[in-house]
Amino acid sequence: MRLEVGITGKTFKSAAGETHEVLAPIRFALQSGEVGVLIGPSGCGKSTMLRIILGLDRDYQGHVARPPEARVGMVFQEPRLLPWRSVEQNVRLAAPDVSDAKLAELFRILELEAHRSHFPGELSLGLARRVALARAFAVEPDILVLDEPLASLDDALAGRLRDEIATLVASRPVTTLLVTHSLDDAVRLGDRLFFLSPRPARILAEVPIGIPREARGDAAIAAIKAGLARRAPDEQGGERAGRDVS
Amino acid sequence: MLRLVSFALFLVVWWTAALLVGGAKLPSPPAVLDVMIAEAASGALFLHLGATLARVALAFVLAMSLGSAIGYLMGRVKLADRLGDPWLILLLNLPALVVIVLAYIWAGLTEAAAIAAIAINKLPTAVVTLREGTRALDRSLDEMASVFAMPRWRAFRHVVLPQLAPYVAASARSGLSLVWKIVLVAELLGRPNGVGFEIGVAFQLFDTPRLLAYSLTFAAVVLVIETALVQPFEAHASRWRPRAA
Repeated sequence: MRLEVGITGKTFKSAAGETHEVLAPIRFALQSGEVGVLIGPSGCGKSTMLRIILGLDRDYQGHVARPPEARVGMVFQEPRLLPWRSVEQNVRLAAPDVSDAKLAELFRILELEAHRSHFPGELSLGLARRVALARAFAVEPDILVLDEPLASLDDALAGRLRDEIATLVASRPVTTLLVTHSLDDAVRLGDRLFFLSPRPARILAEVPIGIPREARGDAAIAAIKAGLARRAPDEQGGERAGRDVS
Repeated sequence: MLRLVSFALFLVVWWTAALLVGGAKLPSPPAVLDVMIAEAASGALFLHLGATLARVALAFVLAMSLGSAIGYLMGRVKLADRLGDPWLILLLNLPALVVIVLAYIWAGLTEAAAIAAIAINKLPTAVVTLREGTRALDRSLDEMASVFAMPRWRAFRHVVLPQLAPYVAASARSGLSLVWKIVLVAELLGRPNGVGFEIGVAFQLFDTPRLLAYSLTFAAVVLVIETALVQPFEAHASRWRPRAA
């Protein structure tokens, strides 16, 4: 499913009556099966953009086109689980059509089998994030939005979860939009990276990564990151990292 | 166990006070128990108790369901809140006696008038509590339900209702005690049966043992309802919370 974002601007009025510009014109499109990554400084308006793309905020200029029948899966920054429902119920409420086999597989991949009947209050943040991931994947989304799903996890766990996300994304054609601070996550998971400016956010650079995700070894990833580091912070750097390898 | 000790202490204080003041003003526990047994044997106790309980149940259900619905609406919709707020303040501050007397004048000394008057007294507190609960709803969970395209009813049942449950329980608990107080006034003023009517009779005869026999029996019934229904509901609704909250 194609996701087309053509936001021409977003402002909001503060309590004092001043108008603040949150988003500058932003235009990009993602094809089915593509993983787009938004990278930008904190507070640049990424979350606002996600809310617009998800249809939670309709007060903006421009348009966002996604097929109306597209199923959306979302991992919020905080897990946003229902504290009064068990792990399994949380997933099933969002994805009522999920089969038992599919659910069992997801719980196995995310190592949640032992926690099916636990309440979210009994889980660590890492586990709760995995439940949020399970919920997003259980709906078999056409469009998957991940808002810093690995933030504030330790490196080892973040690494494993990142591999799990890669596995799940590879398992079906899904248009994915990932927001992250981590260049490492971006380079390992993304097909195209969008670097955003500070507020009001606009796209400074768009960097495609030519090597298929599963073929990216540690050496290739280091090379891509080195390439990106060379052009940053200069937004005008003409070279496209990674293209030479494709 | 602690509850039993507390109850025994109450009996001791009562009995001592009865001995000090004298049986005419404050009869001792056995004297009251004798009246209870006599009234129960004649069947009058159950008749009056049943009549009062039926009124409490009807008025309570009416006020809770209507009050919760209005409170939810006022918490969600700004216009409803603006329109309803003056009425709410008026009803909250209207003395129960005024409502009851007016109801009897306008609708006659009927069962419907009594139940409506009791319900109207409870209604505004239910509205206020549920409005607060609705205002405190977690928006981020609403957004989650919206992103995952949960149908309205499922979102209401699983996202909204569990957040409102503590408010419903609080409103039910305070409502039960409020209704129980007001129902007696309504019965005293315009009903030919019920605990309130009996207390009216006992008052005219200065029959303290009878007065205590009826009020204490009803207090016991309320206590049973509270422990058998309200508390288990609260415990169930909050089972997901970390213990000792």
